[in-house]
Amino acid sequence: MLRIPCPHCGERDYTEFRYAGDATKTRPAHGTTDARAWHDHVFLFVNPKGPHREHWQHVQGCRQWLVLERDTGTNAVGRSWLARAGEPS
Amino acid sequence: MTASARLPAGGRIDREQPLSFVLDHRLLTGYAGDTLASALLAQGIRLVGRSFKYHRPRGLLAAGVEEPNGLLTLGEGGRRTPNVPATVVELHEGLFCQRQNGWPSVDFDLMAATSWLAPLLGAGFYYKTFMGPRRGSWMFYEPFIRRAAGLGRADHLPDPDRYETRHAFTDVLVIGAGPAGLAAARAASRAGCRVTLVEQDFLLGGSLLSAAIGSADDILRATLEADVAAMPNVEVLRRTTALGVYDGDTVALVERHDHARPDPSKGEAREVVITLRARAIVHATGAIERSLVFGDNDRPGVMLAGAVRTYLNRYAVAVGRQAVIATNNDSAWSTALDLAGAGVGVTLLDERIEAGNGLADAARRAGVDVRHEVRLCRALGRRAVQGVEFARRGGAIERRACDVVGISGGWSPTLHLTSHTGSKPTFDVGLDGFVPGPFAPGHYGAGAIMGTRSLARSLAEGHAVGDAAARHVGAAASAGSAPAPTEEAPTGHAASPPDRAPGRGKAFVDFQNDVTTRDIELAHEEGYHSVEHLKRFTTLGMGTDQGKTSNVDAARHMAALRGIDMAAAGTTTYRPPYTPVSVGALAGRSKGTHFRATRRTPMHDWHLMNGAVMIEAGPWLRPWYYRWAGRAVGSAYVEEMRLVRTGVGISDVSSLGKIDVRGPDAALFLDRVYVNAFAKLPVGKARYGVMLNDDATVLDDGTTARFDDNTFFMTTTTAQAAEVMSWLEFLLQTAWPELRVQVVSVTDRWAGMSVAGPKAREAIALALPGVDLSSEALPYMGVREFDLDGTPVRILRLSFSGELAYEIYVPADKGTSMWTHLLEQAAPLGMRPYGLEALASLRIEKGHVAGLELDHRNTLDDLGLGAMASKSKAFIGRELAGREALKKPGRWSLVGLELLEPTAKLRGGAILFSRHDALEGHGRGYITSVTWSTEHHKLIALALYEDGRMHEGEEILCAYPLKNEIVRARIVSPMFVDPSGERVRA
Repeated sequence: MLRIPCPHCGERDYTEFRYAGDATKTRPAHGTTDARAWHDHVFLFVNPKGPHREHWQHVQGCRQWLVLERDTGTNAVGRSWLARAGEPS
Repeated sequence: MTASARLPAGGRIDREQPLSFVLDHRLLTGYAGDTLASALLAQGIRLVGRSFKYHRPRGLLAAGVEEPNGLLTLGEGGRRTPNVPATVVELHEGLFCQRQNGWPSVDFDLMAATSWLAPLLGAGFYYKTFMGPRRGSWMFYEPFIRRAAGLGRADHLPDPDRYETRHAFTDVLVIGAGPAGLAAARAASRAGCRVTLVEQDFLLGGSLLSAAIGSADDILRATLEADVAAMPNVEVLRRTTALGVYDGDTVALVERHDHARPDPSKGEAREVVITLRARAIVHATGAIERSLVFGDNDRPGVMLAGAVRTYLNRYAVAVGRQAVIATNNDSAWSTALDLAGAGVGVTLLDERIEAGNGLADAARRAGVDVRHEVRLCRALGRRAVQGVEFARRGGAIERRACDVVGISGGWSPTLHLTSHTGSKPTFDVGLDGFVPGPFAPGHYGAGAIMGTRSLARSLAEGHAVGDAAARHVGAAASAGSAPAPTEEAPTGHAASPPDRAPGRGKAFVDFQNDVTTRDIELAHEEGYHSVEHLKRFTTLGMGTDQGKTSNVDAARHMAALRGIDMAAAGTTTYRPPYTPVSVGALAGRSKGTHFRATRRTPMHDWHLMNGAVMIEAGPWLRPWYYRWAGRAVGSAYVEEMRLVRTGVGISDVSSLGKIDVRGPDAALFLDRVYVNAFAKLPVGKARYGVMLNDDATVLDDGTTARFDDNTFFMTTTTAQAAEVMSWLEFLLQTAWPELRVQVVSVTDRWAGMSVAGPKAREAIALALPGVDLSSEALPYMGVREFDLDGTPVRILRLSFSGELAYEIYVPADKGTSMWTHLLEQAAPLGMRPYGLEALASLRIEKGHVAGLELDHRNTLDDLGLGAMASKSKAFIGRELAGREALKKPGRWSLVGLELLEPTAKLRGGAILFSRHDALEGHGRGYITSVTWSTEHHKLIALALYEDGRMHEGEEILCAYPLKNEIVRARIVSPMFVDPSGERVRA
């Protein structure tokens, strides 16, 4: 069972969260008409083994979307921050 | 049946507390402190079951969780539990058990005839033989084979017992309360940590429990237990098994209370699953003794040497009067010495040239007949062992009469849990066994699991890792000094790998699944060389014991056949659970209505009191139909439809997802997420909208109303409400944080009710006389918010049914009063409630898509909604909607169907074919929704069909293979009612 640090609520079980995958990609700006850019964003993913950043939402808590560092090889959980706030410097 | 094997004194049993229990309808007696296994052996009952495949008579092999043979069925009725090892059952008054897998009985088993077929029944036999001659043959034979093989049977009654779930946290978890575990718990607790010590046994001490009462080891055990008990920061969980170790150092524990005969009516749980999060884990799980492989090694009375000693010292049961002990290591010498001390005649056969320090002298003094460099060839006897054949390497076979054989093929560290963490076992040649690989940070091992056989070293290791674990979690206090053993035990002279025996008879490796050396040879001949293939070909290690005594022997046998060493042979993967766990324990209280949360609308109680029959709709309970309309749904929903088409009805729509969208950029935001334009939606109006996923498939539809410039009230389908909410939050928080918009789920804040039918306006006018409902004041798709005696009320004039209709929203706590007010005031018009079945049927008639059509594969065009997409603005999914594959002909799209055979039925899920198709495969589409049409007096349906509307007017076939039905239907427009929309605008 993963324990995920929520910037608002503290460390919680992963069962309180929903997962939404890769947070390293940048969504094309709204109105982008380049279908290739959308195709790449929606369908193409690298699937790294090792350190990764993912989107998780604390659905049963503060409902904030987080960026979480997780090692896909070991499942070790690292830092997290609010997606809307960006990575802390 | 032989006489009592119980010794007159000794053992950890309470002779003042006799316990009665029932085996196969015979009343027997044991003592408190017995296991079911020791009580049976004490009564002289050797034969505990028949084997899985050959129905050979079997006795107990072990004294712990590794027992492969002694599986019994416990309890009766809903408590019946098959395949429980007698060795793990703590005896209690009134225990009821049965032996398994014999017909008509275990003592006299006719199915043992399969033994004569044994040459045919090798590994892979079933699959090879019963696969032919046709596909499906296995399906035919399997039930018969399963009846002849197999073990105990479960019942189909509900389990009356209660099971609980608990979450817990600790600093240091110590798994196993043998000498190493006790020393670790002692050290970590003295260092000031919160410690949890779990032990699957009902007593603490592990291997020390098998030492004679009053011996040095026994005194050490008592001291360690007292040391741990004295620490207030140690939680000791007895009768608790660590089933598995998971990510984040989470450990699943199951705590059993069977011995206390819990009463569910008092809320007492039979088992508790504990999800424990530990900051450090000490693995002190010990080791399990292996058997020896020789001819007929499964005869009742052939037991692990350690088990013979356990029964003797812990339970005061002398399993025989004449013992042969055969071993390849020092540990079995203790058994020989203790048996001799109890007056049992002992012959000790050691495969090695010599044993550990001082053992030979001790054995001679005790009168043990010691033979070196000999190995067992065969056990004699049938329903009980009567003697053995043994020989020197290449020498003549000798015989020795005996009534018990204690065997020891070395010890396998219990590394199941460490393997769960990803630590790959490595082979230790000196130990002749696998030991855990490197540990993850915060994990430690001590004692026999690390291959340590010396008691003094186990204690020192336990103390050291307990201290290290305490440091890992930040403890500062000193752990003090390690417990000192009172006397050094045998040094653990290295084991030699056992030889393969040359004798006749079946040599079993896996007793539970009846796998012999011959089966392993067959697997080798057939090319199933790796341990994983060997396992699957022979079923070795796949029984309920998971091969705890047999996996290493099997790997060794295969390694020899392949000419490779054990390190290269490796082990199969260890997966949770370590020992079998009941499904009831895993389910806990999450069963029946507690399986998941039930959502109720504000008017729920009114529905129940007024004849509603409820139905589950996702997590919601909604009125299905009302008894005023009929006694069964089939007739009632049609009556309710008629009411709405001709008069007026009211239905509870509170379950619709409701989202408050607010902020200066709210209009802009909605313009982006809906395919159609919302930016210019006037205040006081609502609009039907459709959202797409990024990949251009339809996500959801619903109506959104604007109450002022910056405030919108969005509704979603019941099914997608949570999904849409998360999606909007995702967009606002990750993609467009610059938009000044807040979204809040208000589903539970508002009660919703739809008043529908030609008389809807009159009905509301009677109930809310002050509200101007004229088409000028409140046109179709108009909305109005007003205050009624301090209660905010929202009226939205929109229709799901195709009739004139209004949705009325009030705060949830006012739901029932508004609902009853409307019904009372509109009673003169004959307004009555209608349920979900009629609601859904009305929308089918109107051709509105809903969850059944929105299968997350269809596009706007597929649903006939292509015209909604704005040409003048960007929206989510727009670019990928132009993908070639989504524009190609042949896509399945929405159509209506009408039934052409009045006596037949249309069924949801029916597969659609053109009249010229062969009726096979996936067809050209399927029926999504079916209803009786009160307008057309026939069954109609919505369906997805290849190039749908292009085939309008065509007759097609609807196949429903489950009922062998094929019926004719015609493709028509999906709008069966009022296609021009005059009624909704009336």
